Amino acid sequence: MKIKNQNTVPSKYILFILVIVCGALLISERFVDGGGPLRWIGNYTVVPMQKGINYVGRWMSDFTENFSTLEEMKQKNEELQSKVDNLTIENTRLRQEQYELERLQELYKLDRNYGDYEKVGAHVIANNGTNWFSSFTIDKGSNEGIRENMNVLAGSGLAGIVTEVGPDYAQVRSIIADESNVSGMILSTSDLCVVRGDLQLMDDGRIRFEKLPNNDNTVEVGDQVVTSHISSRFLQGLFIGYVSEINVDANNLTRSGYITPAVDFSELQEVLVITSTKQDMIDAGKKAADSNEGE
Amino acid sequence: MKRKIVTVLVIVICFLLQCTVFHALAFGSIRPNLLIIATSAFGFMRGKKTGMLVGFLSGIMADVFWGSSLGLYALIYTLIGYLNGCFRRLFFDDDIKLPLALIAASEMIYGTFIYFCIFMLQGEFNFLFYLAHIILPELIYTILVTLVLYQVILHINRGLETEEQRSASKFV
Repeated sequence: MKIKNQNTVPSKYILFILVIVCGALLISERFVDGGGPLRWIGNYTVVPMQKGINYVGRWMSDFTENFSTLEEMKQKNEELQSKVDNLTIENTRLRQEQYELERLQELYKLDRNYGDYEKVGAHVIANNGTNWFSSFTIDKGSNEGIRENMNVLAGSGLAGIVTEVGPDYAQVRSIIADESNVSGMILSTSDLCVVRGDLQLMDDGRIRFEKLPNNDNTVEVGDQVVTSHISSRFLQGLFIGYVSEINVDANNLTRSGYITPAVDFSELQEVLVITSTKQDMIDAGKKAADSNEGE
Repeated sequence: MKRKIVTVLVIVICFLLQCTVFHALAFGSIRPNLLIIATSAFGFMRGKKTGMLVGFLSGIMADVFWGSSLGLYALIYTLIGYLNGCFRRLFFDDDIKLPLALIAASEMIYGTFIYFCIFMLQGEFNFLFYLAHIILPELIYTILVTLVLYQVILHINRGLETEEQRSASKFV
């Protein structure tokens, strides 16, 4: 019976059907969000297992960290202490400037503060399994209020953007991924540029920036790059990294170069997700403008 | 039935290992492709049909969790499973050369396919770079992992086969 069953449908027909199904899936993606039900299945089968493996991994790395020697800890402590001192000095200086800024902003009636976004912490539970793309999965999804296009920070820098949300997980595309494009701004000169991820630079941990106008403003190695105010998806003022190399392009109109990102993408464990998207802010701004007009 | 459950388990475990544990074991940010090993091993051990279905399942999982468009990985993994199934008649348990060669060839096809379908269409024409920095390192690492993982899959398959033969002879 079994043998007869296998002979009834030749394997080429099955192949033909599967290929058609794949093609249909590829085409249907244009019109509908085809991943929905599959994502739902994945959320209750694969994601819990990923969380489990990740939990064991975290426990093991904590365990090995316990065995680091006292000397190493002392050295680290000293380093951190000196860093704290430096930061305290810088902080006082910045606070003075902050007061001045607030006073001036009041004069100009600018009250938007871009510095304090609400954030939620999340664990990285899995990475992209292919060598072609750079994305990761975090353990919070729409049940915790994560939505598409939310910006993701790691440490002090921008790590990526949420591209796909399941009930209990979300997919984040990192800014070093080949298909990533971020509108950036050089902090010291306020010139705009485009920060592009590149597969060819991914293993060096560097990213490219392009289309920086070749004007009189000097941009030096070590300058900070942040996200710009014109981006439609990235919030303003998120730290991307430091300029590590800069060249004038052959057309003599623009400059391009490399950025060392502030985030170490090879060892991402915890990230912060900013819970408001740029679109929310644009809408809120529009509403405020409308109500002002109404008055 | 038992065979189906075990096969799905093998795929899921390969998938989980590839996106969690092997991220820590990456050499120069290159990870092996365990799903290709599973797909092509089931292909040449069990024939075209099993190879195809295993490939389709692996591909769908890769699409949902790693890919940007649904169906692309499913397509290439299905084709790889089918092609490996064509070599079933040449396959003997104790010979490791054919499996290694087939898995290497599958990796090569997979890498080239991804390059042509995604990167070349984006206007990245430097194929040699991708060949030297991603496709070949991934191939070599995958082959190294194959030496271990293939033995495990072979062992599972052998165990299932003897059990099936035993239960079949009971009825006769």
